[in-house]
Amino acid sequence: MSQHQILEHDVIVIGAGGAGLRAAIEAAAKGAKVGLVCKSLLGKAHTVMAEGGVAAALSNADERDNWKVHFADTMRGGQYLNSWRMAELHAKEAPDRVRELEAWGALLDRTPDGRMNQRNFGGHKYPRLAHVGDRTGLEMIRTLQDHGIHQGIDVHMEVTVTKLLMDGDRCVGAFAYDRERGRFRVFKAKAVVLATGGIGRAYLVTSNSWEYSGDGHALAYDAGAELVDMEFVQFHPTGMVWPPSVRGILVTEGVRGEGGVLKNKDGRRFMFDDIPPLYQGQTAETPEEGWRYVIGDKNARRPPELLTRDHVARKIVKEVREGRGSPHGGVFLDIAWIKQNIKDSEAHIRKKLPSMYHQFKELAGIDITKEPMEVGPTTHYVMGGIRVEPDSQMSTTVKGLFAAGECGAGLHGANRLGGNSLSDLLVFGKRAGEYAAKFAAESSPVQIGADQIDLAATEALAPLERDAGADVGPFKLQYELQTLMQEKAGISREEKELTEALNAIRELKSRADEMGCGGSREYNPGWHTALDLQNLLTVSEAVALAARERKESRGAHARSDYQDKDKTWGTFNLVLRKAKDGSMEIRREPISPIRQDLQDIIKEQG
Amino acid sequence: MATTEFRVWRGDSSGGELKSYQVDVGPGYVVLDAIHQIQAEQANDLAVRWNCKAGKCGSCSAEINGSPRLMCMTRVDQLPTDQPITVEPMRTFPTVKDLVTDVSWNYEVKKSIMPFRPTKPDAADGTWRMDQYDVERPQEFRKCIECFLCQDVCHVLRDHHMHAEFAGPRHYIFVAQLEMNPIDTGDRVAHLREELGIGYCNITKCCTKVCPEHITITDNAIIPLKERVVDRAYDPVAKLLGVGKSEPRG
Repeated sequence: MSQHQILEHDVIVIGAGGAGLRAAIEAAAKGAKVGLVCKSLLGKAHTVMAEGGVAAALSNADERDNWKVHFADTMRGGQYLNSWRMAELHAKEAPDRVRELEAWGALLDRTPDGRMNQRNFGGHKYPRLAHVGDRTGLEMIRTLQDHGIHQGIDVHMEVTVTKLLMDGDRCVGAFAYDRERGRFRVFKAKAVVLATGGIGRAYLVTSNSWEYSGDGHALAYDAGAELVDMEFVQFHPTGMVWPPSVRGILVTEGVRGEGGVLKNKDGRRFMFDDIPPLYQGQTAETPEEGWRYVIGDKNARRPPELLTRDHVARKIVKEVREGRGSPHGGVFLDIAWIKQNIKDSEAHIRKKLPSMYHQFKELAGIDITKEPMEVGPTTHYVMGGIRVEPDSQMSTTVKGLFAAGECGAGLHGANRLGGNSLSDLLVFGKRAGEYAAKFAAESSPVQIGADQIDLAATEALAPLERDAGADVGPFKLQYELQTLMQEKAGISREEKELTEALNAIRELKSRADEMGCGGSREYNPGWHTALDLQNLLTVSEAVALAARERKESRGAHARSDYQDKDKTWGTFNLVLRKAKDGSMEIRREPISPIRQDLQDIIKEQG
Repeated sequence: MATTEFRVWRGDSSGGELKSYQVDVGPGYVVLDAIHQIQAEQANDLAVRWNCKAGKCGSCSAEINGSPRLMCMTRVDQLPTDQPITVEPMRTFPTVKDLVTDVSWNYEVKKSIMPFRPTKPDAADGTWRMDQYDVERPQEFRKCIECFLCQDVCHVLRDHHMHAEFAGPRHYIFVAQLEMNPIDTGDRVAHLREELGIGYCNITKCCTKVCPEHITITDNAIIPLKERVVDRAYDPVAKLLGVGKSEPRG
């Protein structure tokens, strides 16, 4: 019998970034007794890293904007693989969710007439991102945190969930350990919301921290949930590349939104060289027109640096591969050049992009108001995730299990637009909380078999009980996996390498099952990494398997052996599920026809 | 690649000691990189908190060569190279293990502070109009990443252990951003004086010096708040008229 504490809630939310906090707040507002589990301390989740802004058609900065334009932009950005219903709900509800933040104490930057200001971002037709300088995510998580702590939510900090507990096909709780002492906790709940974020830690160069090991994806998959769109991993075009210790740290798209331009070593603005057909009518033809767009000329079209992230990332890789990159394997991102157009540009840049200024100054010794930055793609976000019902966010196959934010899927399709993740987590965090509370209120009491708990405890303790000398250890095994994914399932993919990746992942899995971590149960990062590695292996297999299956290039998924977009492949999503024999099963799920009125909107928006 | 000696505090609440590790320091290394290298190659169970590694989450606070700093924003090449680099946990908080401390007290203090209470929306669309100039003042304090380095360095907490009577700089800027929010209606002045103990601060400005976000904690937050407390509690005219006594907080 395992030693554990049992905690009962109506709704347990796993993950306390923006989506988890928003879900917990909503569930509590609906009268549920709510528990919130966070892997780190409260307020440290990756939402703090979001810089540029939150996308919502408030039409404060441009009165031509409305939910229909936002909807069409999101669908176009996602290359029409998105769940159109989620894209519709998102575009319609984002403005209210953002306004609500102000009622909870957020202080966003203002327009001259005192409303929330909005900035330009890639793939958004009009300036749409409400923001605070370049620290919007911090403002959001702090607002939700400071509001949330007064809503009667039980917060469990530095607690990691290792398994979902089931009653038949219904999810009824979670098994977890606390970092401090390694004690086990069993959360019994009538509904469970996953809001665990992404999988960026599967790659070597990433903007994600240690926490983003695909926990929610893997927990749900093991519990019988479906994963969808896992081949779509977003490589943000601008991560830092030098010095090596900061490689992968995010450089906000806001730099380009404020007029930053991309140049190769010859000083050429290479983004003008290749405009994708979907965006030809929407993109500036000259640098002069691009600048007019940046400063708000409504007759100008956006500069090509503000094309979608998938496209910009690929163009950067092309420049580097063809020998036109910067000294450390990136390209140049230059915001200092705006001094030609703006008086006192140095103060302007420091005001608009304070944390970028700080980050480059402290970590790279570069003054971005005077010299260009070196940037290159970094693993940033996964569009794929747990397949959910669009309105309720409940898993398509596991009752009582909900997912919101990055670990859920559907809204972004093949590529996410910048700014749409912060609005995603507000809109669908709220919906997940609301429907989870409703599900809990309508459902019967929960039963959890003791054998399930004992099994979860045995599995969690296994790395501690095995011989620590049996393999290279959890950190090095994780490093092997990250190197593998970076090289064989990264920004450019092909059949042979993906097959090699899948074979290697299976081999790593068996080594991980043999590996010991050493040390005790008390705050032992080796043990934690060994447990997280299991989740990373599951999501890595999912990415590689789906990537091998999709024989075309679309959005963030680029195949060197199938370089074109294929119409047939645009008619379905790839869905993964654990088969009875434990293997990963893949199937093609046809996309339901877009509702006629939404089709009309897409047509109108051109 | 230079080899540098790091002396890292290893132990728990029952005690510990500095242990020596040799680290191959790569270009641009920050202290957190060195700690990660030790963790990956020499001591898998070395306990450390970190998240963003970009100075935005405030998790990796420690005392480096005795100074409270973020490990992710401290370049190794800017520290003296003729002596070992020491890395210790924040000393103002109870030790959990190695570089990890128990900072839960901070979360309890924050919860005791009256939350944001907005006025009714003043615009027809149900929102508020606020001037950029008016939001900039509280925005400075909202840059806080809750690294608690200001709490760590503050002698009222560090040396005098007045955790029960004194909320510390982090929470004074938290109150300041609420009090200076253009649409907040709450009144936290009596609370500042009576429970949050702002009077104990004697303006040594140590907190301002260590703030990795460069928030002017003392001049822009604590002093204006102290002035509000003094105006309210010690105004002789108000005293004569019998008004301005501390009111209940909610």
